[in-house]
Amino acid sequence: MSVTPLLEIKNLHVEFKVYGGVLKVLDGVDFRVNVGEKVGLVGETGCGKTTTMKAILRILPVPPARITGGEVLFKGRDILKMKERELRETRGRGISMIFQDPTAALNPVFTIGAQLEPVIRHASPENRRLSKKELRKLAVIPLKEVALADPERLLDAYPIQLSGGMRQRVCIGMALATNPELLIADEPGTSLDVTIQDQVLRLLQRLVEQRHSSVILISHTLGIVRQMCDRVYVMYAGNMVEEAPTRKLFANPLHPYTRGLMAAVPRLSGGGVAMGIPGRIPSYLHPPSGCRFHPRCPQAMEICKHEKPAFQQAEDDHRVACFLYDPAVAEPQKEATTA
Amino acid sequence: MSNDILTVENLKKHFVIGYTGLIHREPITVKAVDGVSFSIREGETFGLVGESGSGKSTVAYITVGMYRPTSGTIYLRGEDLFAQGDERPLRFKKEIQIVYQDPGSSLNPRRTIKDILDLPLRIHQPHKNRTLEILRLLNEVELPPDYMHKYPRQLSGGEKQIIAIARALASDPSLIVLDEPTSALDVSVQGKVINLLIRLQQELNLSYLFITHDLSLMRNVATRVAIMYLGKICEVADAAEFFQNPQHPYTQMLLSSIPVLSEEEEKLKPSKIHSIGEIPSPVNVPPGCSFHQRCPYVMDVCKVVDPVMVETGPGHTVRCHLFEQPPAPAAVPETSSTVEAAT
Ligand SMILES: Nc1ncnc2c1ncn2[C@@H]1O[C@H](COP(=O)(O)OP(=O)(O)OP(=O)(O)O)[C@@H](O)[C@H]1O
Ligand SMILES: Nc1ncnc2c1ncn2[C@@H]1O[C@H](COP(=O)(O)OP(=O)(O)OP(=O)(O)O)[C@@H](O)[C@H]1O
Ligand code: SF4
Ligand code: SF4
Ligand SMILES: [Mg+2]
Ligand SMILES: [Mg+2]
Repeated sequence: MSVTPLLEIKNLHVEFKVYGGVLKVLDGVDFRVNVGEKVGLVGETGCGKTTTMKAILRILPVPPARITGGEVLFKGRDILKMKERELRETRGRGISMIFQDPTAALNPVFTIGAQLEPVIRHASPENRRLSKKELRKLAVIPLKEVALADPERLLDAYPIQLSGGMRQRVCIGMALATNPELLIADEPGTSLDVTIQDQVLRLLQRLVEQRHSSVILISHTLGIVRQMCDRVYVMYAGNMVEEAPTRKLFANPLHPYTRGLMAAVPRLSGGGVAMGIPGRIPSYLHPPSGCRFHPRCPQAMEICKHEKPAFQQAEDDHRVACFLYDPAVAEPQKEATTA
Repeated sequence: MSNDILTVENLKKHFVIGYTGLIHREPITVKAVDGVSFSIREGETFGLVGESGSGKSTVAYITVGMYRPTSGTIYLRGEDLFAQGDERPLRFKKEIQIVYQDPGSSLNPRRTIKDILDLPLRIHQPHKNRTLEILRLLNEVELPPDYMHKYPRQLSGGEKQIIAIARALASDPSLIVLDEPTSALDVSVQGKVINLLIRLQQELNLSYLFITHDLSLMRNVATRVAIMYLGKICEVADAAEFFQNPQHPYTQMLLSSIPVLSEEEEKLKPSKIHSIGEIPSPVNVPPGCSFHQRCPYVMDVCKVVDPVMVETGPGHTVRCHLFEQPPAPAAVPETSSTVEAAT
């Protein structure tokens, strides 16, 4: 696999101005996707996964959102600084996104065809000159690819006439219709039943492998990411806290949050249900000082309350944001709290 | 039989959702629950698993008396819950309580926790000192006493669900229906709620009808498991047996679709059977076995005749022609490549 970065997020900060103050949500996010790579992003509700992706596409609502720092480099160009025209190109053919909620992603008052045809029209300059009829012919292709039966008829159907699984597949087809270099899939299929979710994910995997697209797969189901991704990021309260190749992460999670999260997932092999992680996800209005996980961390040390741990390498391809793995933090302090 | 707390017998609930045509108006019905039978033993956790729309909540709502069945009935310790007309007697209501999936909308946002817990006490325990009872309930679910004065919006999702559990306990019930009690919560919070439920069950000798679509969770909480598909139960077995020896093709498909975290769990999944096809609409349930369009083992008989429940081992029942007498030839899926191609 090539290690040319396709997308690189550096030190991204995003805030939301709300009644009562400022929510400091993204707190210096670092994230990278290499060419041809499938990258997973996991973390609990509200940790900032969707916000990070919306920042990449520059579709955060401004206001209340404000990007207060950082860079989003796509093939070396900063998306945050792009002019409208270049941005449109990037969104059209460079990056496309499958949104969290397939019902919201499709407009209920237009047919599938009416929503798919403009996407195809803008996919390339040649397509812009096509007649309505030719366009319709092309629109059938992505629907066929996502294994939808009778695609001709589907073009005239309204979203409500399709099942959840079919809608999700239409969204995948639409997102891949432009042959994007990067596909962002935000919780694809999690609103579906496991058997249908499994179908949708296997389909997605096959299609992206066929066209060598890079993928960001967001989920709060760790098992889904394990099944599909080459590398995984774990996010907690607006920070990346761990990053490793998938196998490594699941075999040897380092960050106390990742460990707690993995221990909390009920296993098919039995053994009872662990208590989970004590406490709650912190408020972004007054996020905890130092390491944002410290109020819930079973291994918190004095330094964790005052300083923010850097997101740095613990091993060659395993990064973690935690003082337990920081050689600069004195050993006695670590022992004092872990004992 | 004598130690069964709840017996569900051939339960059906059909909803009329509209009418066809203009002249020969035929009702369009959803067979939400279509001939379901099972029984729950005293003190056990009976798990009901199924995909969205399979009829789990409808079974739950009939059990607590929100709906009357179209036909069939439910017995509580041998007494017919629906024998006495429309309004369910208070003594039955006291015995069976429910916790809903959505912790937000099941609690009145304008009431304090104290008021929320006071209501069932007023109805079911009118002679007790209610403030003391509220304190006892909060203590039981390990929330501090000052939570009495909070409103639901001031609580986290997990805490709201814990209040819903406290409210269910207020009438001192024997059976609690748990309709996806943790599916709206993050995994890190789920553990706390589940462990609380397990402790309460032991202390108060409660029986649970536990509904979920999460099989990994089910593996860890249920004593017995029933799988529902399109309004019918297709397999019932003891939890351990169930995960070691799933027999119904749909159960196998369900198990093989679960995303898991380790190789150890991966080995427990039946590998041969991949999910294919769409779930049919409950308005247009296919004839014969309702799973036949998705089943890799489908035979001619499956398209015409709906199979009946047969016992394949002690306490293990399956509704599939593969297991009916005379024994069908050993099941072999139509080669995996055709199964794969159909996806
Ligand atoms: N438009 C907005 N206005 C105010 N706050 C917002 C807005 N969008 C997001 N937030 C806040 O930012 C935080 C992160 O939200 P985000 O949607 O990125 O989380 P997520 O990780 O995608 O969660 P989920 O798993 O639930 O989808 C949340 O606390 C949310 O309330
Ligand atoms: N009051 C009603 N009127 C008409 N149809 C209904 C009604 N209640 C349920 N249904 C239908 O009956 C079927 C079973 O619904 P039910 O809510 O019992 O499923 P479920 O297994 O609980 O699903 P979920 O996992 O989504 O909660 C569905 O097709 C549903 O649309
Ligand atoms: S930095 Fe400290 S508080 Fe944060 S995860 Fe590591 S040990 Fe815990
Ligand atoms: S009855 Fe036939 S179609 Fe139904 S599950 Fe059994 S083998 Fe498959
Ligand atoms: Mg999100
Ligand atoms: Mg339900």
